[in-house]
Amino acid sequence: MATTKTLTQRIAHDWLPVVVVLLAVVLAWYGAAWGMNAQGAIERVLDEEAGYTHMELFEATMTMERPLVPAPHQVAADFYESLTEWPIDSPRNLIYHVIVTGQSTLLGFAMGTALGLLLSVLIVHSRTLDKALLPWIVASQTVPVLAIAPIVLVVLGSLGFAGTAPKAFIAMYLCFFPVTVAMVQGLRSPQKIETEMMYTYAASRWQSLWLLRLPAALPFLFPALRVGVAAGLVGAMVAELPTGAQAGLGARLLTGSYYGQTTQIWSALVMSALLGLALTGIVAGVERLVLRSRGAK
Amino acid sequence: MSDTAAIETAAGATGLAPWFWPGIVLLALVAGYSVYHMAAIQGRSWVGMATAALFGAWVVLFWEILVRALDVPRVLLPAPSLVMGALWDHAPKLWGDFVQTVGKAVLIGWALGCGLGFCVAVAIDRMPFLQRGLLPVASLTSAIPLVGVAPIAVMWFGFDWPSKAAVVVLMTFFPMLVSTLAGLQAAGKLERELMYSYAASYPRTLLALRLPAALPFIFGALKVNATLALIGAIVAEFFGSPTAGLGFRISTEAARMNMPLVWGAIVVAAVTGSVAYALLVALERRAAFWHPSVREG
Repeated sequence: MATTKTLTQRIAHDWLPVVVVLLAVVLAWYGAAWGMNAQGAIERVLDEEAGYTHMELFEATMTMERPLVPAPHQVAADFYESLTEWPIDSPRNLIYHVIVTGQSTLLGFAMGTALGLLLSVLIVHSRTLDKALLPWIVASQTVPVLAIAPIVLVVLGSLGFAGTAPKAFIAMYLCFFPVTVAMVQGLRSPQKIETEMMYTYAASRWQSLWLLRLPAALPFLFPALRVGVAAGLVGAMVAELPTGAQAGLGARLLTGSYYGQTTQIWSALVMSALLGLALTGIVAGVERLVLRSRGAK
Repeated sequence: MSDTAAIETAAGATGLAPWFWPGIVLLALVAGYSVYHMAAIQGRSWVGMATAALFGAWVVLFWEILVRALDVPRVLLPAPSLVMGALWDHAPKLWGDFVQTVGKAVLIGWALGCGLGFCVAVAIDRMPFLQRGLLPVASLTSAIPLVGVAPIAVMWFGFDWPSKAAVVVLMTFFPMLVSTLAGLQAAGKLERELMYSYAASYPRTLLALRLPAALPFIFGALKVNATLALIGAIVAEFFGSPTAGLGFRISTEAARMNMPLVWGAIVVAAVTGSVAYALLVALERRAAFWHPSVREG
């Protein structure tokens, strides 16, 4: 079916609805900015005694200094200005914060994935670990593990770690749980007939892990990695809150809210959304490459 | 019992007794042996639960002994008995936090977010255009650190629980929307054609076939959202809150280095998450008792 569709039909079918929805969101945003800023605009910008027209009111709500809801174009302007007017190592440039946060996210993601892989291999090969440890890891999925973040910061801080390490550690343990659970499932996914064939080949445990179990687990691994990297980003951002950190998207959000710089909060939010999308997008891209090279459609 | 004796002697000893390390090693061997043999028992599911519980108990015991014997600073890791003590001493305070965070922000936000997600999904069930537009956008939100809206929510709804509930609504809405939409597509072709051959109306088909078929998906989202809601409310309180709430307690007491109470608050949050999950599983069993995934196990 898909092959018979022309490109324009595909665009009309797949992309048009998305564009319409996004446009509706932007329109609603403008509407909200207009409605929610009106009160403040009347009090602070316009002269109530002299009276004002609706047009003046609308203009005022769109151009306020510290609006309750900055209009989309204000956020876009702030975003653009931060990227172009400041050098990349200035705290006023959002790219600087992206680098700080992205660094700890990626480091934690790599460590958490490695730990999860190792543990899942151990669990699959040890009945004891499987029975004793796995239930706790599964149960931890129902627990708000992110709440431990302040403890990790204090503990690592008093041990003399500061900067990237504590943040990466928090990102690590957030990545680790989903990866372990999914990999245990994935490593067990080969059917009995396949494991028995490895057995008839007199394959060692190592060989059957490398040749059968790991490839079979890949389709389970990547969705967990996508979840993990997104969770790691949240972890890294939350880790930037209580330390009074000067750098990072989380710190940017916090300083924005301290000083009532609403536009700054919004552009930091947009930036963190873009970072999250980019990180999961990269993982999804790797997933596609790997699975394709393994002959998946 | 020898275990309690070990605790007392270890606690009493300022310089460690010469038999302390051999004793620990011996105890560790006993622990490993008991868990190993417990795990080897083939049997019903309660054996598995008991194995995990035994393992957990051993971990807590060793934690207690080692922390006391090695004089680990309370800031790094308080002994479990201290945490229990803090739970007991500060029970009224923690109960207040529980009511503030879980009773108000989480419960109301979760109910509103899930309800809205469900209603929107059912409402756009007959509008494929909107579905094609909303679904990709809603799926992408899982990659975005939505908790970042907390400072904005505080600005709009004040410091008290409504701002936390608003964050929770935003975080729970999209998973519910995506799951319900997927669930509504889950009814088999055969059953749908049967309904068609009965000349069943659209609402009739929805109520009698498609919503029941969607139940496992809906419950899946309810369970995921329970954890998300707890995380959202707790993290949102890191950004600013009245002087109660689990997230407030965790962040302020961590800043004051009062770690036993921090761990106590985390225990409350963890137990809440697990109990909520268990309740939802029990509810699912009653509501979707006919579904294969429930019948099997």
